[in-house]
Amino acid sequence: MMKTVSTFISKHFIQPFKLHKLDRGPASTSTLTADDALKMYENLVVLRRLESASGNLYQEKAIRGFCHLYSGQEAVAIGMRAAMRNVDTLITSYRCHSWAYLMGVSALGVLAELTGRKTGCSRGKGGSMHMYAKNFFGGNGIVGAQVPLGAGAGLAHKYNDDGGVNFCLYGDGAANQGQLFEAFNMAKLWSLPCVFVCENNRYGMGTSANRSSASTEYYTRGDYVPGLWVDAMDVLTTKEATKFGIEHCTSGKGPLVMEMSTYRFHGHSMSDPGTSYRSREEVQQMRQTKDPITTFKEQITKELVTAGQLKEIDIKVKKEIEEATQQSKKDPEVDVEELAADIYYKNYESKIRNVRPDQVLSHVEVAPRK
Amino acid sequence: MALKSSPVVFDLVTRLTRRCFSTSKAVSSKLVTVRDALNQAIDEEMERDEKVFVMGEEVAQYDGAYKVTRGLWKKYGDKRVIDTPITEAGFAGIAVGAAFAGLKPICEFMTFNFSMQAIDHIINSAAKTFYMSAGTVPVPIVFRGPNGAAAGVAAQHSQCFGAWFMHCPGLKVVMPYSAEDAKGLLKAAIRDPDPVVVLENEMLYGVPFPMSDEALSKDFVLPIGKAKIERAGDHVTVVCAGRTTETALQAANELAGKGIECEVINLRSLRPLDFDTIAESVRKTHHLITVEQGWPNCGVGAEICARVMESASFFELDAPAWRVTGADVPMPYAAALEARALPAPHHVVAAAAAVLGNRISEAVN
Repeated sequence: MMKTVSTFISKHFIQPFKLHKLDRGPASTSTLTADDALKMYENLVVLRRLESASGNLYQEKAIRGFCHLYSGQEAVAIGMRAAMRNVDTLITSYRCHSWAYLMGVSALGVLAELTGRKTGCSRGKGGSMHMYAKNFFGGNGIVGAQVPLGAGAGLAHKYNDDGGVNFCLYGDGAANQGQLFEAFNMAKLWSLPCVFVCENNRYGMGTSANRSSASTEYYTRGDYVPGLWVDAMDVLTTKEATKFGIEHCTSGKGPLVMEMSTYRFHGHSMSDPGTSYRSREEVQQMRQTKDPITTFKEQITKELVTAGQLKEIDIKVKKEIEEATQQSKKDPEVDVEELAADIYYKNYESKIRNVRPDQVLSHVEVAPRK
Repeated sequence: MALKSSPVVFDLVTRLTRRCFSTSKAVSSKLVTVRDALNQAIDEEMERDEKVFVMGEEVAQYDGAYKVTRGLWKKYGDKRVIDTPITEAGFAGIAVGAAFAGLKPICEFMTFNFSMQAIDHIINSAAKTFYMSAGTVPVPIVFRGPNGAAAGVAAQHSQCFGAWFMHCPGLKVVMPYSAEDAKGLLKAAIRDPDPVVVLENEMLYGVPFPMSDEALSKDFVLPIGKAKIERAGDHVTVVCAGRTTETALQAANELAGKGIECEVINLRSLRPLDFDTIAESVRKTHHLITVEQGWPNCGVGAEICARVMESASFFELDAPAWRVTGADVPMPYAAALEARALPAPHHVVAAAAAVLGNRISEAVN
């Protein structure tokens, strides 16, 4: 049996990058300690299990409306989060459960939000697409809207001179939105510390990238904004890319576009089987050869951690997520009194109009006010 | 302008007496234009709170398309007074994102007609986020700019967005009339922790109004959601906001000459709408007219009438309530047509006559 030495740092060769208007790219290797490896592995497993649990809950009809799963794309989030600092902010689209977890929401906070319970991170008032945490501005339902919003968070970092960077994620489907180019223009003009991250999972709902985009080189679409193409099925590659992005933005070079070449194992959402516009063989092939969890496992069990340690994590996470899943079905739903809660931080309406004029609602303050 | 010249003084005095009927404390006051009052409000709030900043087209180096932000860039610099490219969806989104991150942006639309390009951010990103996040993400943003008809700018530049924005929960919407309204409401909006839409009017920017010492002070704010009775009267309640307050006051003058006393209520805020003040007035007058420049369908007046129908105020009315609104047409360019598309004092006078019925049949002519 291999013994791990806690101060041992392993070095890994990572996937190559493609550069747009950049002289140099990120490093070609990445280092890891055993501790890092175990943490990242645990997070990978949590994310995968969270999304599986969400899928099951949806099929049990415990979740209503939309549910967009991230399985397959975990390496983007885990690698990015490993490089991000506490000061950095992040905003993404509706495919946000994994990011909510990584930005501080508990597994129960995510699952109970999906099942509309009081213990959900938005008390059941937001649902799948509207989860928030400190420095995490959602969870946004309107395709592309998050990009100018993210640029605004970048403006705040610069205004406050706090050294932070905003990471703003959008998909290949959103990549053609006009407001993105408006945001890129202002970010470049004003040198905002923004990393615009295109999660290219090849399909915008049922439309493949080459059917929606005259140019699928998303890392070049920022034109005058430098760009980086990243093989994002590998956690260490995305981590180094993110470190590069932080260095770029915090050294006065303005924004960066980063295309994360990734893949989603499920359909666009729970109402999409994901096989009418792509072959089962393709999905199977990606699952078998490019699963970021499998890839990472192989990398770290070479000389950093033991299979036994990973097995322990598997068991622990399985139990935790199962418990949270059960809890998310048992916890009380949000009180009906909260229908008219927290519409305003400071409400001036003496009454809130209800469905019928004779049933008056009152605005309620539930979240603490400063 | 040479105040010594008597025609100028006479003109000023005439306009003053026409406007300041029930404005108290008008005795020891200074004349300030709406534009200057807005400018003061922004300047004072930027001085008071360094998180407040302005962004929009031409707000900085041009001193503002309508000069509302005159002098601010010179005083505060590039960081806090930001000229944007002509990209409303983008810069409104940036402003909202900055608000998410804790800053207090004042996002100017050169006119609210262009806010339509950004309306997704106003409603979906700004108005709804506090609720969707269960009160964890406040959005302290102000969207401001001139709204409604100007003069001869035709259909795409003349729309009133009062009804559009007051429709949405999560927004607060104010529509100032006088300089005091402008300053007090804009300061309140900037200090407010929620998204506030401030619907100004280009035609009022240059109009001087008396401002009391209190109104000129640095901490003068007006409550959002409270109407002001501009003129007390017993016979008919006339509800208006923004520029139509001037129309209503002029009509009230004319009607006074015929023995009809109007109670003119300047809403000041469209959301929340101060229905209590309207109800109290209707209890006294038993007759109601609303006046707005916007289109009639689902407009401000329509909402007021609906609330009257659904409340005890219905039983206080001696006659149906009438709305005086803009004509239900896109705004034409030609002067004669444009004049007919908007409410004028004589429309309000005729409406009052109709609503008051036979009691003043002699006044209709």
